[in-house]
Amino acid sequence: MSTDDTTYDAIVVGSGAGGGMATWRLAQAGLRVALVEAGPWYDPAHDSQRTQFRYPWESPRRGASTRLRPFGDFNACIGGWELDGEPFTTAEGTDFMWWRARMLGGRTNHWGRISLRFGPLDFKRRDIDGLGDNWPIGYEDVKPYYDKVDKLVGVFGTNEGLPNDPDGFFLPPPKPRLHEMYYIRGARSAGVPVFPARKSILTKRINDERGVCVYCRQCDRACSLHADFSSSTVLIYPAVASGRVDVYTNTMVRKVDTSPDGSATGVSCIDRGNRRELRINGRSVVLAASACSTARILLNSISARHGSGLGNSSGHVGRYLHDSTGASRAAFLPELMDRDVYNEDGVGGMHVYTPWWLEGANLNFARGYHLEIGGGMGMPSYGFGFAANQYKEFLGERVGGYGNGLRDDVRRFYGSRLSIACRGESVPQYGNYCELDPDVVDEWGIPVLRFDYRWTEQEINQARHMQDTMEELLEASGGILLGDKPGPERQYGLTQPGEIIHEVGTTRMGDDPATSVTNRYGQLHDAGNVFVADAGTFVSQADKNPTWTILALAWRTSDYIVEQMQQRNL
Amino acid sequence: MKMNRRETLKSLLLAPLAAGAATAGCATGAPVNWTELPREYSYGRTEAERQRDRELFAESYFSEHELVTIAVLCDIILPSDHPNGGALDAGLPDFVEFIVKDRETLKLPVRGGIAWLDSYAVAEFGADFVNIDEPQRLSICDRIAWPDVEDPVLQPGIRFFSLMRDLTLTGYYTTGQGFRDLGYQGNVANVWDGVPAEVLARHGLQYEPEWLAKCVDQSRRNIIATWDDDMNLTS
Ligand SMILES: Cc1cc2nc3c(=O)[nH]c(=O)nc-3n(C[C@H](O)[C@H](O)[C@H](O)COP(=O)(O)OP(=O)(O)OC[C@H]3O[C@@H](n4cnc5c(N)ncnc54)[C@H](O)[C@@H]3O)c2cc1C
Ligand code: SF4
Repeated sequence: MSTDDTTYDAIVVGSGAGGGMATWRLAQAGLRVALVEAGPWYDPAHDSQRTQFRYPWESPRRGASTRLRPFGDFNACIGGWELDGEPFTTAEGTDFMWWRARMLGGRTNHWGRISLRFGPLDFKRRDIDGLGDNWPIGYEDVKPYYDKVDKLVGVFGTNEGLPNDPDGFFLPPPKPRLHEMYYIRGARSAGVPVFPARKSILTKRINDERGVCVYCRQCDRACSLHADFSSSTVLIYPAVASGRVDVYTNTMVRKVDTSPDGSATGVSCIDRGNRRELRINGRSVVLAASACSTARILLNSISARHGSGLGNSSGHVGRYLHDSTGASRAAFLPELMDRDVYNEDGVGGMHVYTPWWLEGANLNFARGYHLEIGGGMGMPSYGFGFAANQYKEFLGERVGGYGNGLRDDVRRFYGSRLSIACRGESVPQYGNYCELDPDVVDEWGIPVLRFDYRWTEQEINQARHMQDTMEELLEASGGILLGDKPGPERQYGLTQPGEIIHEVGTTRMGDDPATSVTNRYGQLHDAGNVFVADAGTFVSQADKNPTWTILALAWRTSDYIVEQMQQRNL
Repeated sequence: MKMNRRETLKSLLLAPLAAGAATAGCATGAPVNWTELPREYSYGRTEAERQRDRELFAESYFSEHELVTIAVLCDIILPSDHPNGGALDAGLPDFVEFIVKDRETLKLPVRGGIAWLDSYAVAEFGADFVNIDEPQRLSICDRIAWPDVEDPVLQPGIRFFSLMRDLTLTGYYTTGQGFRDLGYQGNVANVWDGVPAEVLARHGLQYEPEWLAKCVDQSRRNIIATWDDDMNLTS
């Protein structure tokens, strides 16, 4: 075991959205910070790591996915659904999908950049539907931080004055693409609102360090111009440049070490390169390893004082784990056959979306969802050309064949697909959780997580509504529906728990230490110098994606740490 | 003279395959372009990924007979008598070989499919698929190229041919030739400023003025963003 002699003001564990923000803010405030990240250093601007602007033929598998790159050979994520040497388990009869990134910046290197503030209602859902719990804080507590995040990071969108999808300091959005114009027309005719998407992509310059988007549609490959938000490019490099941050890459935190009085003294880690144990000392510890990994570290930090794991006197660490719901459907748009071909890449992902529009409606489920729109003339990669002329079926023509006629089919149907993906809020359950599996350790000797998670009627009914909505909107847009509509036998196409990769809730915040893990600032009830800065603190997830809220709350927690240090409380 | 596998295949394809075969394996007689797949990546691979790809390149799964059959099928599906080139010009057999090794679930369907095709060709015409003449080969393809055919005997062949069509098209359209054929124009730095006006007009659509007013003015994209306190962009 080696020990670094430095005692840091703060040790930040994990370099994703939450860890990057905490590192940046604490360093900016003058603290000495150790950032500990299990994966390697990463910068998409380095040619050796750049996958952006690669052509499919630069990959022998033409961009196909592999077990090591589940979202395709050019995707930026090092990690995936399975990690060699780091398994997880599930309770009998349940399924959970767990996506883990292992790299500087974590999942923010390849995330969708959909950047939505939670609205006032999202913090107080129990008041509205009697289910789950309210957050101890409200929109007004987070708003100043959303404002700051908007300006620091950059996000395009529009101020629409919507009650539960708040306005922000937005950059102007890009114009819609052609299939999105069909969607807008269809949604309007069905009485469903559509707005420009909100994404952390720089359509306009925000500083001299980062570039402006050049519309390659490849944000999932990470931007070599640093024109979209990745924790590494936007937060960590500037923090490191301050000279106050030491980054420990390839260093896996095993547990938080505590003194007999119960407060943290540092972290025990393993260097993945040489398998040596390493101890890092700090006056405070900020956990941001992603909600489930943070829970795992806490549960593994057992001491005489913290017998069931650090911060777990309530037994709530790992509880209330929840993910967004999801369902999707696609259609063939005959009007988009034989298109004029032009460069339609645009930004990574959609230019338009539909936020939840039925607040207060009488439905057989409590929580809402939003719609993400897909389609367009994307770059071919592995899978392009499969079932190349299947849409001929809808034209009364024969599907199949061979020869040069196939070329005409491919061109004819190129870009004629419109798809919708729904992302919804689930109702957090005490009974959905992760815990340490007593029987299994990973290759570092750390007990692995075991997941036990089932959807309730709420989510299943919501998925049913999603399917009806998608059918209605795709048809209203002029589409011919593809595939079958999943029924109850398939839970209406509801995605598996974990599949939407929005893990939240495992260390939820609250004013009552008996039913929550942290206070309203992400500070553990049980150890005053340990904080959580990832989505573990979420009481409920909203019908929005989580990351903008992770960033805002991590900033808020960091401000609180700085304040507490100034007041000598830490 | 010792030939490597690639040269062997090439000569097999360009010469009559066996006594009695009327044509070269390549239906159009076009020269075969053995575009090498990239073996050294210039982009972010982890050591585990490099190792896996090294193993895949080293692995030989298909026999030469199978590889020739794959080449012949690719050529039938996307022949070379086209200005943008065909499957063989785009190095398809190499790609198919690699992707089948890479994706375990493809191995058996392709190997078994070739065996089915050969047994069918032997039963119908007395020789393996590559060793019958071109009209005979095409007459088999005509029977298995259409998924709506219900003949139960042909079902394995239909499945296999559909798979080969998928692999051929995906392999072709992910090459430079394929990009040209499709007219794909992206993957370059540019400034998206909406659907070209004439295209919108052809579709009978137009941007709503209120929507357009909110969109980025691309002539100001390099001016650093500033806002007033009411969240209005002022630059
Ligand atoms: C494909 C995809 C698309 C997405 N799209 C969106 C979207 O559009 N909008 C949105 O809001 N969200 C989206 N998300 C979710 C978003 O990526 C996450 O919410 C966000 O990255 C979470 O940040 P985090 O800080 O909690 O953790 P992460 O980004 O997961 O980072 C955690 C880091 O901690 C490290 N770590 C873990 N354990 C340890 C340990 N023991 N010791 C040291 N380091 C450790 C990991 O290596 C990792 O780098 C998407 C996710 C994916 C995968
Ligand atoms: S779409 Fe824009 S922000 Fe995204 S990777 Fe391309 S250039 Fe960068």
